[in-house]
Amino acid sequence: MKIFFHIGSYFLMISSTFRKFTKWNVLKTLIFREIDDLIIRSFGIVAFISFFVGGVVAIQTALNIENPLLPGNLVGFATRQSVILEFAPTFISIIMAGKVGSFITSSIGTMRVTEQIDALEVMGINTHNYLIFPKIVALSLYPFLITFAMFLGIIGGYIVSIYGGFSTSYDFIQGIQLDFRVYHLFYAYFKTTLFAFILATIPSYHGYYMKGGALEVGKASTNSFVWTSVAIIIVNYIVTQLLLA
Amino acid sequence: MIKIENISKSFDQIKVVDNISTEFEKGKTNLVIGQSGSGKTVLMKCLVGLVNVDQGNIFFDNKSFDNLNFSNLSNLRKEIGMVFQGSALFDSMSVLENIIFPLRMFTNKSNDEMIYRGNEVIKRVDLKDANNKLPSEISGGMKKRVAIARAIVLNPKYLFCDEPNSGLDPKTAIIIDNLIKEITEEYNITTVINTHDMNSVMEIGEKIIFLVDGRKIWEGSKQEIFDTDNESVNNFVYSSELFKKVRDIQIKGK
Repeated sequence: MKIFFHIGSYFLMISSTFRKFTKWNVLKTLIFREIDDLIIRSFGIVAFISFFVGGVVAIQTALNIENPLLPGNLVGFATRQSVILEFAPTFISIIMAGKVGSFITSSIGTMRVTEQIDALEVMGINTHNYLIFPKIVALSLYPFLITFAMFLGIIGGYIVSIYGGFSTSYDFIQGIQLDFRVYHLFYAYFKTTLFAFILATIPSYHGYYMKGGALEVGKASTNSFVWTSVAIIIVNYIVTQLLLA
Repeated sequence: MIKIENISKSFDQIKVVDNISTEFEKGKTNLVIGQSGSGKTVLMKCLVGLVNVDQGNIFFDNKSFDNLNFSNLSNLRKEIGMVFQGSALFDSMSVLENIIFPLRMFTNKSNDEMIYRGNEVIKRVDLKDANNKLPSEISGGMKKRVAIARAIVLNPKYLFCDEPNSGLDPKTAIIIDNLIKEITEEYNITTVINTHDMNSVMEIGEKIIFLVDGRKIWEGSKQEIFDTDNESVNNFVYSSELFKKVRDIQIKGK
């Protein structure tokens, strides 16, 4: 039954986030800071993971289609489909649940432990709006990060395929152009947008409503990662069922 | 003036604040004293609206906290300054940014005006060479000064201090206590201080209420607390060897 209490509290928090807005001058600064913390500082890890996982997808595809009857452009095609449909939006979001999610939970949780949130409330500030809204706005730029991940994943697959001798440049490029559907991009960006909202709000909930001291901040970060990942996977399934099945 | 009537608060069916009524007078340092766990902090959180009371009323200059609409409640909150036990400074902001934060949030002053006002209160709390430092780079006493400066920067009508001298050495604790008393008189504000430090009671206590297990056991002035027959108060006041000796000397003198 406790799960329903948390779900209810989560949605009350969301509704409160969009009420009684903080002064724009202050909010603007907070949004830029969050863009730096949550988006710009994530480019490095996203680039690293995307490039190599794209390469691994290409190798595994190539090694599993040794039948000469299969077309050579299949490596490029499979890499593109895997990266755009699943790897970039979902896999990167799970990674971000660890990186960005833990950061959000621990920073808000520390503010809770050190009474900084109480100090804001005594001043009459809507703390949900002050703390969570800038994160939601910053993570609205998350699709750009995922576009970057898609691009680097395919580039990684291309380089590994060519230099590893798994495909030719011509075949790979043919493959990534083969049967391209814009609807797949819509599907990928639609779920990316939902994941961005989950990434901003579930870790915030865990940080905001945590109780205890420094040890509990660590526990809240772990819980936040687990529940953010669970939510991403469930939403991924539902969206896929609705849009692709 | 703040008046509270029969306020109670329970957590998991345990009464933490039990039917307390009193008045905190304007221009005076009103002390809420009691042992750790006696309900002082919860009482203060009820007063500032961080915790909703289960029953009872709180009046800020005859305005009931419960009956205020959203906008009036927001306005009332701007008249409240609070110094938290751990100072609660925003650790990503410099000392000056912390102090001018309420100005940035609630006024339309220009940056120069805010810095001017910030420097005024910094001077008032006697804080030197710390404007650009982060809270993690300053001492406990300086943090308390910053917290006081932040609390008074909007010229509040009500000041709440939750154990303002906890974690400080006795000399700095007295300096902070006296600073709060001076500010209370200078700005003519209603100040409520939670403490379990008898030195604070001696230094700045004008009106004192004593809590045991969430209940108000005794109420009176600094002079009266040393003459009361109330056993709980005496156990608390004379719990240290120093105060016991002072009492013995007084008795011998009489």
